[in-house]
Amino acid sequence: MKQMLLATTASALMASAAFADGHATDVKLGIILGFTGPLESLTQQMAGGAEIAIAEVSESGKLLDGAKVSGVRADSTCIDSAAATSAAERLVTAENVDGIVGADCSGVTGAILSNVAVANGIVMVSPSATSPGLSTAEDNGLFFRTAPSDARQGVVMTEVLMEEGINEVALTYTNNDYGKGLADSFQAAFEAAGGTVTISAAHEDGKADYSAEVGALASAGGDRLVVAGYVDQGGSGIVRSALDTGAFDTFHFPDGMISAKLEENFGDEIDGSSGQHPGTDSPGVAKFAEMVGDAFDATSPFAPESYDAAALILLAMQAANSKDPSAYKDHIMDVANEPGEKIYPGELGKALDLIKAGTDIDYVGATAVELIGPGESAGNYRQITFDGGKIETVKYR
Amino acid sequence: MDYINALVAFTNFVLVPGTAYGAQLALGALGVTLIYGILRFSNFAHGDTMAFGTMFVILITWAFQGAGISAGPVPTALLALPFGIALTGLFLIGTDRVVYRFYRKQRVKPVVMVMVSLGVMFIMNGLTRFIIGPDDQRFADGERFLITARNFREMTGLREGLAIKTTQGITVITAVIVVVLLFWFLNRTRTGKSMRAFSDNEDLALLSGINPERVVLYTWLIVAALATVAGTLYGLDKSFKPFTYFQLLLPIFAAAIVGGLGNPVGAIAGGFVIAFSEVTITYAFKKVATYVLPEALAPDGLAQLLSTDYKFAVSFALLIVVLMFKPTGLFKGQSV
Repeated sequence: MKQMLLATTASALMASAAFADGHATDVKLGIILGFTGPLESLTQQMAGGAEIAIAEVSESGKLLDGAKVSGVRADSTCIDSAAATSAAERLVTAENVDGIVGADCSGVTGAILSNVAVANGIVMVSPSATSPGLSTAEDNGLFFRTAPSDARQGVVMTEVLMEEGINEVALTYTNNDYGKGLADSFQAAFEAAGGTVTISAAHEDGKADYSAEVGALASAGGDRLVVAGYVDQGGSGIVRSALDTGAFDTFHFPDGMISAKLEENFGDEIDGSSGQHPGTDSPGVAKFAEMVGDAFDATSPFAPESYDAAALILLAMQAANSKDPSAYKDHIMDVANEPGEKIYPGELGKALDLIKAGTDIDYVGATAVELIGPGESAGNYRQITFDGGKIETVKYR
Repeated sequence: MDYINALVAFTNFVLVPGTAYGAQLALGALGVTLIYGILRFSNFAHGDTMAFGTMFVILITWAFQGAGISAGPVPTALLALPFGIALTGLFLIGTDRVVYRFYRKQRVKPVVMVMVSLGVMFIMNGLTRFIIGPDDQRFADGERFLITARNFREMTGLREGLAIKTTQGITVITAVIVVVLLFWFLNRTRTGKSMRAFSDNEDLALLSGINPERVVLYTWLIVAALATVAGTLYGLDKSFKPFTYFQLLLPIFAAAIVGGLGNPVGAIAGGFVIAFSEVTITYAFKKVATYVLPEALAPDGLAQLLSTDYKFAVSFALLIVVLMFKPTGLFKGQSV
C-alpha cells in the first residue's frame, strides 16, 4: 500500500513537472557574491536585487516560451580567489547554471572570469567590480558589468572641468589604490583632452598637518585643485590648509569627497568649486525601490545594479532564443543599449513580449544602464557645484 | 616687487608653518630631554602624555563653552590649560608612584625603564581612546586668523598672499613664555638648581642632601605642563586625533637627539631644525624661483628636492647623520 502511494505521488509529481516544462527547459542563474567577508553587509541586498529580477521573469512565464528561472547562491568571499574559483566551479559543473551574476569584488571577479567563466564558456555579469583592469581582461566576450570602471570617473571629471574652461589643475590623491587609480585615470584623460596637470602629489590619510603638501601644490599652481581623497580623512585636511594659506580658492571633488560633511566643514568658503559622484535621476531607481518594498534596503549600494545584471542575462537569452551562453552573449549589448523601447524595472514581462515580437528594446533598468567599450556600464554621474555653502546639482551626465 | 612676492610666498608656505611646527616640536622635545636628563630614560609615553593632557583640556574647554565662558578672540582652550596641566600632573605623579618608583628602587637598567614606559604608553593610549574616542576633535574657537591671505593681498597689492593663523601666533608666543619660565626655574630657583645637580651627578646630589623624590616629583610636574601645552597648541593649530600624537613621538625624539639629549637648549634648536628641514626639503621652489630668476632661467619642473611623501624620511636621515658625526647632538648632550 505504502509503495503504491509513493509511486502514485511520484508519477503525479513528474506529470506536473512535465506539464510546467512545456517544451522549454529550466534556466538557472548562479549568484556568486561575497556573503562572507568584507562586503557581507551589502551582498544580501545585492542577491535580493538579482532574485527579484529572476522571480519577475519566472512568474511572467514568457522567457523562452515558459521557462522557469531559478537562482543559486554561492559565496565568493570577496577576497579569497581560490575559494571563489571553487565555488564558481561548483555552480558550473554541479548546478549546471546558464549564466552567472557576479562576482562582487574586482579581485575574485578576475579570478572566476579567467579560471571558470572563460574555461567553461559561461557569461558573467558583475554588478559591482569596478577595477579598470577588468576592461582589458581576456574574456572571449563573456564578461560584462553593470557598474562603471573606476577609469570612467576620470573621463567624466575631465569633461566637467573642460566645460567650465579649466585647463590647468593641480592634483592631489590619497595614497591608496582608489586614490592612485583615480588620479592616474584622470591625469591621462585630462592630458589627452589638452589640459595640464601641474603636479600629481600623494597625501597620507590621518595626518594632522598638510602644510608641506599644500606648499608643493601651491608652488606648482593651477586654476583649481583636484582632491581625490576622502572627506573624513586627509582630503578635508588638504582643503583646510589650502584655504588657510590662500593657495587655492576653488576645488574639484570626486566621489570620495562629496558628502554633507563637506558642507559642514567648509560652508561658503569653497563656493565655486565643482565635483561629481555616481548618481542618476532616472525614474528606474524609484520603480526598483517600489518593487523591493520592505524586503530589504533598496538604496543599498549595488542592489539596483544586481537587478540589472540578472535582467540583462535573461533578456539576452530571449533575444537569442537560447539559453546557451555562446549564443546569448552577443545579445547583451543589444538589449542594454539604444535604439528601442525603454524598459524599466517591473516591465521585464513586457520586454520579453516585445523581443519575441521582434521589437528592439533599450533596457534602462534601475541604474540607467548603458554599456560601453568592452561591455561595462558608462555610469551615471551627478555634477555638482557649491553655491552659498550648499551642494547644488548642475546636471546628470 | 618680484623679490617681495617671492619672499611672501616663501614666508607663507615655509617660514610661518615651519616656525609654528618647530615651536610645537621644541616643547615636546623639552619634555623628553628633561626626563632623559633627570630620570635617565627615554620616555616613549611622551606622545601619548601629550594626547592625554590635551584630552583633559578639550573636555574642560567643552565644559567652559557649554557654560558660556569664552576668552573673546583667543581660544577658550587657553583658559582650560591650567586645569588640564593640573590633572595631567596628578596622573603622571600617580603613574610614577604606581609604576616607575618600583623600578627606580630596583635600580634597573635604563633599557628596562624604556620598556616600562612603552607599557605606560599603551595604557595611556587606550585610556585616551576610551574616554574621548579615536576620532578627530575640534575645539578651537575665537578668531581664526591674524591676517588672512585675501586681506593681505588687498592691503599690499601683492600677487602673493600671507596668512597667519591666530593659533600659529599663540603657539609661538606661548612657546617663548614657557621656555623663558623653564629656564628661569632651572637656573634661578633652589628647586631648579637641585634638579640640575641631580642631573649632572646623582651621587653628589644625594650626598649634599637633595631629596631625590622631590626632584622626581617636580620633574613630572614640569613634564606634565610641557606636554599638555605642546599637545594643546598642536591640537589647536592642526587637529586633535590620538593617533597623530602617537606618530609625533618620532619627530619629537629626532628633535631631542639631534639637539643633544638632556640639553634643554638643544631640544629647542633640534625642534626647529627638524621642522624646517621637513618643510624646506619637500617644498617645491618653482614659484619662488620664477619670481626671483630671470625668465630664461625659470624652472620648468617643480624644483622640489624630495616629494612630500618623504617628510619623515628627512628627519631620520638628519638624525642618522648627526649621530654618525656628533653622537652627543648639536649641543653637547649626553651620548645616547
